Amino acid sequence: MSEKTWKEIPIGGVIEDAGNAVTYETGSWRTYRPIWFADRCIQCLRCWIACPDSAIVTEDGKVTGVDYEHCKGCGICSFECPVDPKAIEMKLETDVEE
Amino acid sequence: MARRLTLTGNDAGAEAMRQIDPDVVAAFPITPQTELMHKFAEHVADGDVKAEFVLVESEHSAMSATVGAAAAGARAMTATSANGLALMWEIVYIAASYRLPIVMPVINRALSGPINIHCDHSDTMGCRDSGWIQLYSEGAQEVYDNLLQAVRIAEDPDVLLPVMVTFDGFIISHTAEVLDALEDAEARKWVGEYLPKYSLLNTEDPVTFGPLDLQDYYFEHKRQQVEGMRAAPDVIRRVGREYGELTGRPYDLLERYRTDDADLVIIALGSTCGTAKTVVDWMRDEGKKVGLLKIRAFRPFQEKEVAESLKGAQAIGVLDRSISFGAPGGPVHKEIRAALYGADCDTPIVNYIYGLGGRDISTDHIRTVFEELEKLPGSPTPEDNIRFIGLRE
Repeated sequence: MSEKTWKEIPIGGVIEDAGNAVTYETGSWRTYRPIWFADRCIQCLRCWIACPDSAIVTEDGKVTGVDYEHCKGCGICSFECPVDPKAIEMKLETDVEE
Repeated sequence: MARRLTLTGNDAGAEAMRQIDPDVVAAFPITPQTELMHKFAEHVADGDVKAEFVLVESEHSAMSATVGAAAAGARAMTATSANGLALMWEIVYIAASYRLPIVMPVINRALSGPINIHCDHSDTMGCRDSGWIQLYSEGAQEVYDNLLQAVRIAEDPDVLLPVMVTFDGFIISHTAEVLDALEDAEARKWVGEYLPKYSLLNTEDPVTFGPLDLQDYYFEHKRQQVEGMRAAPDVIRRVGREYGELTGRPYDLLERYRTDDADLVIIALGSTCGTAKTVVDWMRDEGKKVGLLKIRAFRPFQEKEVAESLKGAQAIGVLDRSISFGAPGGPVHKEIRAALYGADCDTPIVNYIYGLGGRDISTDHIRTVFEELEKLPGSPTPEDNIRFIGLRE
């Protein structure tokens, strides 16, 4: 990572490049991983609305999975999921990694 | 054409704010807020200004709302005093570090406790390291003049730092003085249109304010603040000169009052400078070579100019209207001592702490200081170099 000098960066900590949070991968922060089950999902999109990191991936208005490069594992998606059994289940990363 | 008015310091501040007519003013409406904001609220109610006036539940919120408005690209102001400034503390630093050119009149009053509402400088001296420019005013005229200049100083692209215009509680804030004010059109032209560097409301060019800034860049942003402060003296001087061309009242960072050939020099800030000038004139009439160095800009502090101004002095008295507990004397004293270090100066310097909690400072007190200084030339700084004026020992 090439770090810039104080003369080369915008003042006041302002970020001039809007939406660049996408380049900052926060997936490694995760302890619990949301696992999405397509067969249980009723496409209500509550998870997509509630996710604070925009990590629910959709295509043509339908959920297709989770962006694991940015999902921090907060579990809101699973909490909000209205179906039983839930279409998103939180699993410990250490249990699903291998 | 100047308008000659009789106003208290608070009303002079409100008059400047009416003419500046900021886009947003956010303020806590009850004590320790002063009549300055009361008067400005009347201007809002009477439709004299277009400012969006936001009344909030605390000074912490007042500064937060002002910061939000300034980040949105508004010319934003607030005002406070004493414990109100203390409650703003966290956001005072944030305003400076986000480089938001907020202008804030601060009416200097003692910090509790015990509870006291009268003048001293402990409120603004406490945040002298917050990254704000600080201009201290000698009277109501300077309150008005400093506020109009502060807008131009804060918004200068090389500076972009918030400015506190301070004035002594009750002594200036509640005392009526005659002053000259600009016509509205002249004042509007002087402050000009504000073109913010960034605006959160500009959807064409969206930016983020206030992101996390850790080990990798926080230090660089602090260095940038140093640079803004380093650029400020030239801008303060230029604005003061241009203001002088407009009004006949030029301003500098320091005012050297009869110091050129002075053997004994007193250094002070705020309303006490007026008292000291009177004593200097009286003692000059008696043939005594005395002078006053008035510090208008305490931040940025001009150490080279201060040292240059004190070159001929044979004894120096530094007046501090606040205490820096546990430190060698008051905050002004420490700056003066630091400025003179390495300036090939072994002049004796005595620190006089005075006026805490509104304790009166009279011409007799100032004369006593000069009389004490008279005994010092040729000797080193005395052991008892931290003294208290007007205190019952």
